[in-house]
Amino acid sequence: MTSILDVTNVSKSYGGVAANTDISLSVKKGAITGLIGPNGSGKTTLFNSIVGYHPIDSGSIRFEGLEISKMPVQKIARLGLLRTFQQTRIYGQMNGIDNMLISLPHRKMRFVDAFSRNGSEEHERAESLLEFVGLYEKRFLRAGSLSFGQQKLLEFAMALMNEPTGLLLDEPTAGINPTLINGLIDRLRRANEEFGITLFVIEHNMRVIMNMAEHIYCLAHGQLLAEGTPSEIQNDQRVIDAYLGAH
Amino acid sequence: MSKKFYLYSVLIAFIVVAPFVFPDFKTQLATVWLMIIVALTWDMTGGQMGYNSLGNITFYGTGMYVAAVVTIALVYDVGEYNNAFGGGIYAFTSQQYFLGLILGTVAAGLFCSLIAVIIGFITFGLRGPYFAIGTLGVAIAAGELVSNWDWVGGGQGIALPVFPGDYDVGKVMFYFLFAGTGVILFVFAKWLYSTRFGAAINAIRDDEEKAEAMGIHTLQYKLAAWAIAAFFVGVAGAISAFQLIHFEPLETAYQTINLGIFMVVCVLLGGAGTLWGPVVGAILFHVFKEVTWNYLLGWQWVALGALIVVTVVYFQGGVVGWVMDKYPHWFGLSRVAEDVAEDEQS
Repeated sequence: MTSILDVTNVSKSYGGVAANTDISLSVKKGAITGLIGPNGSGKTTLFNSIVGYHPIDSGSIRFEGLEISKMPVQKIARLGLLRTFQQTRIYGQMNGIDNMLISLPHRKMRFVDAFSRNGSEEHERAESLLEFVGLYEKRFLRAGSLSFGQQKLLEFAMALMNEPTGLLLDEPTAGINPTLINGLIDRLRRANEEFGITLFVIEHNMRVIMNMAEHIYCLAHGQLLAEGTPSEIQNDQRVIDAYLGAH
Repeated sequence: MSKKFYLYSVLIAFIVVAPFVFPDFKTQLATVWLMIIVALTWDMTGGQMGYNSLGNITFYGTGMYVAAVVTIALVYDVGEYNNAFGGGIYAFTSQQYFLGLILGTVAAGLFCSLIAVIIGFITFGLRGPYFAIGTLGVAIAAGELVSNWDWVGGGQGIALPVFPGDYDVGKVMFYFLFAGTGVILFVFAKWLYSTRFGAAINAIRDDEEKAEAMGIHTLQYKLAAWAIAAFFVGVAGAISAFQLIHFEPLETAYQTINLGIFMVVCVLLGGAGTLWGPVVGAILFHVFKEVTWNYLLGWQWVALGALIVVTVVYFQGGVVGWVMDKYPHWFGLSRVAEDVAEDEQS
């Protein structure tokens, strides 16, 4: 299978702290790939590097064969590579529907399209995606008044509204009630299968990531520690050591 | 016909008859409209987009100068006219006057849009308070620049021809010019905020980084919003120039500490980020200002300061925001607390 995202020898340091050192990985098109690692191992830094939040020190990042390591955030987003945030970000003063409508893919819009209103087609899509994540009942509430878990679901729905080809999810289940997690796993899978979105997921919840991902990368101390299928990772002594602090 | 239709009809009727019902207050009413225009345009970037500009007065002053220069240039040499010091006799026919008024006003709006794009290209890299200070700097610099430019009269300013006709008719005309601009601006803003453009600038206000991460062309929207605001401020400035007849750079045109701040206070008082807030705020502010300037003379600035403090501390959403908070169902906003509380148990 071909890969959609290729990270080659990427390094990034903040002053004297090497957040990422010489990391290479690839995300297969149409698959769900996981990224795990103890706190502070450089997972979010890697995500930020990929979507263009900060320049990388060295290495190359390619999305669908196109070099994106020097592009600004908006341009990468318009190529169809989106991310959600660990600290959930939604538009707090707007209601759920408006949050969805503003997330329409701007790469498919011309500037003059900004001066028209959204039609019933867009509204239906927004409502059906809110239904998909289970927020249909709350669609007219101000997004800022939703609970953290609901905001997380809203952010996920907004990302789907944008019709990305690749979606980077930063801890999608953090802060979500354990009983809702199963539902979320199911939705992530369906987003992957039905909408054909390639997912690259940072996750701390081992049950979630082992269930979902085809292939997992593990980071520790800013370096790539191990990779493989869920069962390979689970049985890798280095990964276990890293999580238990032996490293 | 709906209730709204009647409400707007009554409002329009009131706007039309107001200068005839209150003939002594024609200029006051015109000034109220000026405040509404500058407040609504300030709110376009301040309330709706989260970019609090203290430099919108630049467009007001520039609008005045552009309109004046265009009007003069149609008939005379601008440098000679502005440096005649009463030595020459410069007459304008009424045809020249009205041609200057129309062309000058349009040119003022367009030119201000252009400089908004240029200034915005530089200053929109600044966020939050830095943007406010940066734009304030632009306004002060623009005033100083113009006041040292002899071609446009330097510190003396420019004297424009007087309205050719009855003095009272002139007053009525200026009232309707301001009112017309204000109504057009209000309808335009109402439409604009209902489009995707409105949603995009609200998204920038709520979380610009998120908007960028979702691929929204943030800079394009910011520049467009400011250019639209600048157009209307420029037009208002142009009309003011003709209404005031004579204006000078620092106290009238680029009056940073007066109108430049008043427009912000109007919006805060009425409610930032709402359509009606700036309108309500501008009316209340102007009434407050005229009352204190008349009956509390000497203490008027203290009263104004007290008003700002009370607004900022107790009515952060402004008058309209406060009403929206108290009666959300009037505005179709449902905010049921229980709904939020039971969230994740379902």
